[in-house]
Amino acid sequence: MEKKKIVEELKEKFPEKIKETSSDFGDDTVIIDRDFLGNLVQYLRKEPYEYTMLLDLTCVDYLGREPRFEMVYHLLSLTEKHRLRIKVPLSEKNLSVESMASIWKNANWLEREVYDMFGVRFYGHPDLRRLFMYDGFEGYPLRKDYPLRKRQPRIPLRK
Amino acid sequence: MSTRIQKEAKKDSLLINMGPSHPAMHGTIRIMVELDGERILNSEVEVGYLHRGFEKTCEHKTYFNLLPYTDRMNYVSPLINNLGYVMTMEKMLGIEVPEKAQYIRVILSELSRISDHLTCIAAMAMECGAFTILLYKMKAREFIWDVIEQTTGARMTTSHIRIGGVRSDLHPGYEEVLKKAVVETRNVLKDVSGLLDKNKIFLDRTRDIAVVSPETAINYGWTGPCLRSTGVYFDVRKTFPYLVYDKMDFEVPLGERGDNYDRYMVRMREMEQSLRIIEQAMKKIPKSAAGTMAKGMEPAEAIKTSRDKRVEKKIILSPNLEGSEKVKYQDILTKSKKVVVPPKEDTYTSIEGLISHFKFFMDEHGIRPPKGEVYFAVEGGNGELGYYIVSDGTDKPYRLHVRAPCFHVMASLEEMIHGHYIADVIPTFGSVNMIGGEMDR
Repeated sequence: MEKKKIVEELKEKFPEKIKETSSDFGDDTVIIDRDFLGNLVQYLRKEPYEYTMLLDLTCVDYLGREPRFEMVYHLLSLTEKHRLRIKVPLSEKNLSVESMASIWKNANWLEREVYDMFGVRFYGHPDLRRLFMYDGFEGYPLRKDYPLRKRQPRIPLRK
Repeated sequence: MSTRIQKEAKKDSLLINMGPSHPAMHGTIRIMVELDGERILNSEVEVGYLHRGFEKTCEHKTYFNLLPYTDRMNYVSPLINNLGYVMTMEKMLGIEVPEKAQYIRVILSELSRISDHLTCIAAMAMECGAFTILLYKMKAREFIWDVIEQTTGARMTTSHIRIGGVRSDLHPGYEEVLKKAVVETRNVLKDVSGLLDKNKIFLDRTRDIAVVSPETAINYGWTGPCLRSTGVYFDVRKTFPYLVYDKMDFEVPLGERGDNYDRYMVRMREMEQSLRIIEQAMKKIPKSAAGTMAKGMEPAEAIKTSRDKRVEKKIILSPNLEGSEKVKYQDILTKSKKVVVPPKEDTYTSIEGLISHFKFFMDEHGIRPPKGEVYFAVEGGNGELGYYIVSDGTDKPYRLHVRAPCFHVMASLEEMIHGHYIADVIPTFGSVNMIGGEMDR
């Protein structure tokens, strides 16, 4: 009962900002515009919700759909004992979203990973570089139009 | 191309590399440190040396076929990694698992947790110069792996926990082996406690080094023993109980200061609790509903007979793994036939069985969860091990993302070692238990 309330409460509080809510498979989800992300996160971090932990941050590439990309944030509230998912659709033309690195420190690496794998730009990120791949890697490997066995060009030795 | 630390470094300080191939960098990771004498002024951690494209590979594998890849994530506790993936799928498919299989899963994942913690502390102590600890802990780990080996047929890459249940029942004589493993591990824990708990050298190197406050830990998304060492009560087994953990009586050890010593201590205490869970599970595990196997025909004989007439007698097949016979299916696998491999007895002796076998393994058939996305997490050796799976209704995941617990801990390493001596990097790095395969995926 408690769990459903949070999604509904948010919907009542921000009726224009929250585009959609769902609870498929018991996972509470809110879909919002990217401009609203910072505000919503700040609101959720405070009482009574206290979603103080960023569990996970990733991206999904829905090739052929508009908007093509979708950022997925999983938050955890230790007091409410509840996980919440926030989804932010992003179009390919303007592939950028506000960085959460100033709010959660682990977002620094997580956003670097998403930038590395999908090419999403995070404005306000202190040091946006590739995380797993090397400098000089071409393309974004987890995008759906990146072939599984694509070869990479040789890169010169680092001086 | 210069890295961040090269740009930031002062002119008169010394820049050195630790890793990627350094004996104390478990797996491969590179830490660049800027030094003033022995003191660390600044550091940069570079990861990705073990990146194998796990998530990309999974998008091109069927749900059944990608299971062995999850073993290779955290190779010290592969069974928990199987469990995380499998339970996410079960949440998506909405299937129930028999009670006995749930107990088997609990026993196996607790054994894995102990082996994970043993390895972590063994390496940490060895790097501080206590080589004896490594040998003691490896001894205990062998006893644990004996149980795992006899049941699953493999030591590390087990792939034992399957969607819908487990691959096979526990080994017939498992009780004795398991009891021995529990006793031996207790002895080792006692020995190690005696050697390390009040050891001056060990205390000097771990006490008040790399102290992390609860707020910082939460801000970094720490989970598992590392978070609990700072005094925050969060254990997925207690907060979001899964399997039969709510029927088990165990405590969640907490630390006070969040330094290296607390991380060591929390792991030691947690192993004791895991042993308690195993003992309770051994008592509570339901007796096999199937009982012993009935006598019947050998497969070769059955195949020969089936050419002329339908085989009426029971077929005794010696499968690759003992305990995965058809009679055991009711104990170890879900009733939902679409998600489990059909029994070999049927496959080899009846045309319907053969068809269902092919239907299971053919592309575009097999396990096809409904459209949607799901997140589920289990308590791994290092913390909340979460799987995020997006399904588009086909037999391959559209997107599979793993929330690796040590990724978040490693993201904070730069802050943890800041201002300490270079020798402190080693116990700090050892205490957080970085697993390359899990972090880099």
